[in-house]
Amino acid sequence: MAIRERLSGNEAMAVAMRQINPDVVAAFPITPSTEIPQYFSQFVSNGEVDTEFVAVESEHSAMSACIGAAAAGARAMTATSANGLALMWEMLYIAASSRLPITMSCVNRALSGPINIHNDHSDSMGARDSGWIQLYSENNQEAYDNLLQALRIGEHEDVMLPVMVCQDGFITSHAVENIELLEDDKVKGFVGEYEPDHYMMNPKEPIGVGPLDLPAYYFEHKRQQAEAIKRSKKVIMDVAKEYEKLTGRSYGYFEEYKLNDAEIAIVIINSTAGTAKTVVDKLRDNGIKAGLLKIRVFRPFPAEEITAALKNVKAIAVMDKAESFSAVGGPLFTEIKAALYGVADGINIINYIYGLGGRDVRSDDIELVYNALLEIQKTGKTGETYRYVGVRE
Amino acid sequence: MANLVEIRWHGRGGQGTKTAALLLADAAFSTGKYIQGFPEYGPERMGAPITAYNRISDERIKIHSNIYEPDYVVVVDETLLATIDVTAGLKENGAIIVNTDKTPEQVTKYLKGYKGKVCTVDARKISEDTLGKYFPNTPMLGAVVKVSGVMDEKEFLEDAKGSFAHKFATKPEVIEGNIKAIERAMQEVHGI
Amino acid sequence: MRNRPSVKRMTPDISWKDITPGGTIYDAGNAEDFKTGDWRAMKPVWIVEKCTQCMLCPPVCPDTSIPVKDSKRLDYDYDHCKGCGVCVEICPFDAIDFVKEGE
Repeated sequence: MAIRERLSGNEAMAVAMRQINPDVVAAFPITPSTEIPQYFSQFVSNGEVDTEFVAVESEHSAMSACIGAAAAGARAMTATSANGLALMWEMLYIAASSRLPITMSCVNRALSGPINIHNDHSDSMGARDSGWIQLYSENNQEAYDNLLQALRIGEHEDVMLPVMVCQDGFITSHAVENIELLEDDKVKGFVGEYEPDHYMMNPKEPIGVGPLDLPAYYFEHKRQQAEAIKRSKKVIMDVAKEYEKLTGRSYGYFEEYKLNDAEIAIVIINSTAGTAKTVVDKLRDNGIKAGLLKIRVFRPFPAEEITAALKNVKAIAVMDKAESFSAVGGPLFTEIKAALYGVADGINIINYIYGLGGRDVRSDDIELVYNALLEIQKTGKTGETYRYVGVRE
Repeated sequence: MANLVEIRWHGRGGQGTKTAALLLADAAFSTGKYIQGFPEYGPERMGAPITAYNRISDERIKIHSNIYEPDYVVVVDETLLATIDVTAGLKENGAIIVNTDKTPEQVTKYLKGYKGKVCTVDARKISEDTLGKYFPNTPMLGAVVKVSGVMDEKEFLEDAKGSFAHKFATKPEVIEGNIKAIERAMQEVHGI
Repeated sequence: MRNRPSVKRMTPDISWKDITPGGTIYDAGNAEDFKTGDWRAMKPVWIVEKCTQCMLCPPVCPDTSIPVKDSKRLDYDYDHCKGCGVCVEICPFDAIDFVKEGE
């Protein structure tokens, strides 16, 4: 029997970490993810976990400590947001290229400036090319489920890559909602022990990690790393299947909501997907064939599968809660458009930048987007593709 | 969405408004409901106006925006009536509950023509009588449960005892006072 | 990731499929496999007759190229000596000559 609880998104992450009982947690506080190490350090003080909690002096050090710990053979975890993630930057790349399966709770927050502590996706979207696997979560339940699966994905011998589990700062991190938790022993059974084949603290096999990699070898290592993230696609699905057996909750690369016969659809990430689902329900009640695709796995990007899911839609709006300052649209838009190119041409596709810096996203905002899609479907004219919703004109 | 009740709280930083919203969520959760309890984070300073929200439903709640058309509004500090449009979007078949020693009729004139039910409760007096200090949030919690009927009053009281026992584990002497504050607010709320 | 390829196999013609993940080096003490003797422009030459076996030179060699056996130094390991000349500088007895490589 699952445990019926009510927790904020941050509490859910801390509880998952308690159940996982990692070897090392190194973290530095930053809003809105601060509560995760805060709650977790209480578990450490209470003796509820065996974890070595490293209270570092910066996020750069937090990621460095995780890298050292993971190289030594430990299961290492951390949590951060926005500017903290930015301060980890070079170490994010080193974690991924050293093939160290570190797990991070990324509580999405706008990356300054002007300084802002509220939610958008500019932090993790900026880190999309760092080599980390990225899982996104609509609510506290998905964040919890994703974190438990993240370990199994990253630590799989075919993958060996770090994973970040993202959720929306404040909107879900600080909202108390219902959640179903697994029992501690079931989590323990599911995540198992981390037993890397090679690790630095193994006295029988002293190894060297992170050597200088000159032009004669570097390219081969990058090619191999790219192969690992390709292989993670299968592992992500295998782990999801196993998790579904345990919990009854089903996960894929993305969630399709009333998308099967949809003529208009939006593609969206994290908590606003929930708000958008209520709008889809309302439109469906009025006979409008609206649907939604919510991205769970952004890295690796499931291009083929997304194309297959969207190929019969007439008009699509891709929703980006991050600017990329490309002057043509947000990061998700670019990916979706590239995925469709040459495979599902002829679909009218537009981009909306929304909710930056915690601007509340109302059902009305989403309705406006669907109405724009209806207009495009009617006229066949896409018009401006790079659009905004919720900003004062 | 089936039986979705949306509540918006207005208070000032330091008055326990966020805590009250979380306690209400806790109580509704214990009666088997799906809940959301979340504050809107602003400048986070003592005295600054703050808003907190509750959604209570029989089904999992998908929406993740603030609440613009609440069924109930709770005003924890009556001085906010002058500066904040507390009834904005408030449903006419809902109610507003204000912490004040005034009558509902006296408060109505500050409510910009709101036509729905206006309830008042003197949370200051109740709090000072039962707790010896001004903590308006627990009396307001009692009042909103009474006015909204989102859960059974007896069930709520039982659950509140459990929640307080947990929350005030280090100062059990305040548990009884808080329960009394809730009970009195339920009895003394006007305008139902 | 389960195989343990030796660094000896990490030659410049290795494919991405066979290279070790992240460049991890699985065999410690592999410096011996990497012959640096051909980096040498100058070459130390041990003059046995002048040497008093004072043992000042072996510990200062950065490449461990002065082998020691039974508390006595032996002739240079020219496979690894890079010709830095530190041993020449430290010798109090002019027992190490320093000549151009190839002479």
